[in-house]
Amino acid sequence: MFLLALKMLLGDRAKYWMLVGGLAFSSLLMTQQYSVFQGLLSWTTSHMRNMRASIWIVEARVDQVNETKAMRDTDVNRVRSVEGVDFAVPLFQGVLKARAQDGSDKMIQMIGLHSGTLYGRPPRMIAGDITQLRLPNAVIIDTVAAEVNRLGAGMGRPLRIGDAFEINDREARVVGICETERHFFGYPYVFSSYDQALQYAPRQRKMLSMILAEPKPGLNEADVAQRIMKETGLRAFTVPQLEKSTLKWVWANTGIPISFLTTIILGFVVGVAVCGQTFYSFVLENLRNLGALKAMGASNMLLAGMLLLQSMTVGLIGFGIGIGMTALFGLTIAKSGQPPFLMDAAFVFEALAAVLLICALAALFGIRRVAKLEPAIVFRG
Amino acid sequence: MGQAVGARGIVKAFGVGDARTLALKGADFEAREGELHLIVGPSGCGKTTLLSVLAGTLASDQGEVHLFGTRLTGLSTSEVTRFRCRNIGFIFQQFNLIPTLSLVENVSVPLLLNGAGRREAEAKAAERLQQVGLGGRERQLPTQLSGGQQQRVAIARALVHEPRLVICDEPTSALDSVTGHQIMDLLSGAAQAPGRCVLIVTHDPRVYGYADRISEMEDGRVTGVHAGESLSSFIHSENRS
Repeated sequence: MFLLALKMLLGDRAKYWMLVGGLAFSSLLMTQQYSVFQGLLSWTTSHMRNMRASIWIVEARVDQVNETKAMRDTDVNRVRSVEGVDFAVPLFQGVLKARAQDGSDKMIQMIGLHSGTLYGRPPRMIAGDITQLRLPNAVIIDTVAAEVNRLGAGMGRPLRIGDAFEINDREARVVGICETERHFFGYPYVFSSYDQALQYAPRQRKMLSMILAEPKPGLNEADVAQRIMKETGLRAFTVPQLEKSTLKWVWANTGIPISFLTTIILGFVVGVAVCGQTFYSFVLENLRNLGALKAMGASNMLLAGMLLLQSMTVGLIGFGIGIGMTALFGLTIAKSGQPPFLMDAAFVFEALAAVLLICALAALFGIRRVAKLEPAIVFRG
Repeated sequence: MGQAVGARGIVKAFGVGDARTLALKGADFEAREGELHLIVGPSGCGKTTLLSVLAGTLASDQGEVHLFGTRLTGLSTSEVTRFRCRNIGFIFQQFNLIPTLSLVENVSVPLLLNGAGRREAEAKAAERLQQVGLGGRERQLPTQLSGGQQQRVAIARALVHEPRLVICDEPTSALDSVTGHQIMDLLSGAAQAPGRCVLIVTHDPRVYGYADRISEMEDGRVTGVHAGESLSSFIHSENRS
């Protein structure tokens, strides 16, 4: 009987494709929007993966990694003096304007690394040597910065080692190219030494953005961070703590989660509405046939099973198409890197569960109708 | 011949309050094995309601129904469903074939409901289609057939699981005279099977000649039963009028 149930479903082509289409659209909306949202959230914490420090120390009022409130230079030594800190180095981070060869201004994410240790260096060099960063006016740029439409503007080609551009009327000469994860604001990364970065940045009374520290071997990072906070009054985070705090800040202070969640919920609602209505009308159109089956001895349980099978089948096919389209979208945009896209396996299963829930709800309307259906309906002309 | 169907004092009302209508007002009915039994009467007299109650597809408010010695009235809904599945074949006025299933799939439904495997069910269904003159068209869809052919498929479906009772609701009313007679020939043949009873609700006087017995209904009650000589004179008078 279950095979016949599927044939009944597939035989009504218009309804079948409307159901599959509605569920595919709903799945696409939910998974694509969630993947972009996840990608965007991952960008908010890309600093941490690009600089890979164990403990991040910031001014006491800073909540997230992309925010800076300058500290005094002496704060570095205060952190170094805390028991359990193996070493601590200053870090400059700020958004500056750079001038390309064609005279156009481009925003960059400037990172100034401690010259002695180069702690917080980018994860992967594509060309050049990181130690060259100690040379005067030397910078290492990421692949995004090197692009023709960024700092390569006017060159007719991407920037290479040896090319130069200006930051705040000072020369910046490229000594290396690295690969980084894209920053939340979309600005390309430009690394220099800490002292050099202070030269590039407009002068302020306090210039120290962050302090990066490493605990002594064998010590717990969270314990050392706690001790730093207690003894210096600054705020210290381990990587998971800073990630959590950054994401919490994004949720609390930006409209991003609400707007994405609204679309995701809308996807679910569209799925329920389209699938529920179409499936219910499919049941209504087949009511006489279902009544005939009931008269011939089909139990309510069997008919419910048939309706569930029909709805789950369109659910699985629709979800397959939807997730396929999302994956295709991800593969297409992966080349350009924008918008951010991070397809989370756990969410794929959650979305599948949501789609199957939609189908179960749709089937439920039909099952209720069929359960109440008197088989005697078939005797009424 | 033993009793196939017996009903005593069947009362059935629809609606509540002022809208309450008594469709059956204490109807008594009896049909025997090996019989083609017609239930006739004017529109609205309760024929279809009585048929639904006898088939176990509608519960009566009062009264008792016995089918082949089983008291249907005391059974639970699921027991009635199981009983119906095994013992009753249905032929509906509008055929009620599932349009997206092939003829052989439509006919195999009662066998599948009784637990047969798909291959076995389709083999038996194909045989039945052969018997009603539709051999070789097993894979066609009902929409590719004429009304008479669809009713033949419905007959094949009603008989495929060898039910003891065949219930037909106006089986010829949607058909022309020649096709109607062909359908009645098939049903008449089906009634010859040992231990079987064919029960037909109709107000088509053209088919009265096929009946072994006719129960006449009026205003929610069976007002007369005609068999033998009484049947001949009833048919004669009906045909004259």
